[in-house]
Amino acid sequence: MNTTLDSLLLNGIQLAYLTAASLFIVGLKQLGSPATARRGNLLAAVGMLVAIAATLLDHAIIDYTLIAVGILIGSAVGVVMAQKVEMTAMPQMVGLLNGLGGGASTLVAMAEFWRLMDIGEGPSLDRLLTIILSVLIGGITLTGSLIAFAKLQELLSGVPIIFPLQRFVSIGLIGLFLVGSVLLMAEPNDPSIFLVLVAISLILGVLFAIPIGGADMPVAISLLNSFSGLAASAAGFVLANNMLIISGALVGASGIILTQIMCKAMNRSLPNVLFSAFSKAKEKTASGAAGAIANKTVRSVDPEEAAMMLGYARSVVIVPGYGMAVAQAQHAVRELADQLERLGVEVKYAIHPVAGRMPGHMNVLLAEANVPYPQLYDMDAINPEFEHTDVALVIGANDVVNPAAAHDTESPIYGMPILEVEKAHHTIVIKRGMNKGFAGVENELFYQDKTLMLFGSAKDVVTQLVASVKEL
Amino acid sequence: MADGLIIGLVVFVLASFVGFEVINKVPPTLHTPLMSGSNAISGIAVVGALLVSGSGNVTLPTVLGVVAIALATVNVVGGFLVTDRMLQMFKKKEARS
Repeated sequence: MNTTLDSLLLNGIQLAYLTAASLFIVGLKQLGSPATARRGNLLAAVGMLVAIAATLLDHAIIDYTLIAVGILIGSAVGVVMAQKVEMTAMPQMVGLLNGLGGGASTLVAMAEFWRLMDIGEGPSLDRLLTIILSVLIGGITLTGSLIAFAKLQELLSGVPIIFPLQRFVSIGLIGLFLVGSVLLMAEPNDPSIFLVLVAISLILGVLFAIPIGGADMPVAISLLNSFSGLAASAAGFVLANNMLIISGALVGASGIILTQIMCKAMNRSLPNVLFSAFSKAKEKTASGAAGAIANKTVRSVDPEEAAMMLGYARSVVIVPGYGMAVAQAQHAVRELADQLERLGVEVKYAIHPVAGRMPGHMNVLLAEANVPYPQLYDMDAINPEFEHTDVALVIGANDVVNPAAAHDTESPIYGMPILEVEKAHHTIVIKRGMNKGFAGVENELFYQDKTLMLFGSAKDVVTQLVASVKEL
Repeated sequence: MADGLIIGLVVFVLASFVGFEVINKVPPTLHTPLMSGSNAISGIAVVGALLVSGSGNVTLPTVLGVVAIALATVNVVGGFLVTDRMLQMFKKKEARS
């Protein structure tokens, strides 16, 4: 091929990358508003297609058979996963996809290391630095996400897993990684040192994720989302490819924003969320002060009576939590709301930012059940309304409605902004039993005079409520 | 070569600022779709994977590259499709059939 045509092609590829990056940015912008979100997602997908098509024209690619095999397998798996996944399983799905992205970036960096070694020149120092960084971020993203996936899928227990000296092991491994990196720079052609670095990255990912408990998952998932972007960026540095650097940076930024929002919603710092499992034991004894409510009694109610209260109320606010997701009760909840509206009751939904296991978890479930999104209210919008609300119906939420967060300085969740359901005229709490929430704290809401407990699985109880309300 | 690193760094930092500006103030309703959509974008690693796996010889780098292509494609295809599936459900008014 002659050289003019050659440089034309190269410029063409770069321009295609520019187009793709622009499509990503516009797409992300449009993902920020419900009216345009779907188009935004489509634009981003088109951008991806443009980037891939342009890359296939690159001279570095001579053989397409293996590439076709990889793309076909990946597409088939991706299509099946996207169609089969239950909306309640969305946190696992996102977690798993994060991990795959991170894994791909790591493999790209590894492949580049071997390619440079094979052609005998060995990676230059700055190239080596980017490869090491890429392997570190990608490796942590991969195994961290897989552990998060396993926890959300309940293959692993959702409680924090800690072992003695865990912190020291992590710090030791980080030290070992640094030493290994220096050694590799001195001896760039030694694959065994490189493989040790890969292994340490993977172990660090596991150690990062196992101490994180179920309720802190929204933070962990957002952070891993950010990592998956940074991993792609790092791979971009390895290959000196701006397309990867830009896209990765965009995702990295979006993940960081979500992480911040989640931390703020729990009034905790990021280090506190990531490392709090280590100091849990100390907090447990502090929460002993909650023993003061031990001699108070709990009032329970049966579905018929609860249905009566709901049906004759003027306004009802439904507060969904992880319990609704576990029981897959979102459709039954929607039906209950329909029946109540038929009776002229005003129904709203109050969504706490960290309800569920990932940012926006409740919103997706309720959308699946066909609840129009203007009926969903954020914490700041709904809190002033509770005092005018006849019945607050709490379905499988616990810590996010615990009034102790507002006034009990001893409580581990002190300072976390909550949904102030205790201000409603009555509160009905649907719960499987008197188990404590994730934070391991007693919920004094359950013992208040205005609170009625309705025991049972969210789905069964709500279905019974629907049946009873129908008869009103 | 160090020049390339600096240019890359410039691009990275500027793109991060763009990201922060564009994504700030997304309503909570869209947090999950934003996450899965941006996650699909991080599958851009597929471009890198393509570049390292098309040499025509079956060597270790090529094999690693092809595995990377498969993983990243799952990320891309699964991510965009599932985001679309979710967004399809978000409705302003009740669409009673």
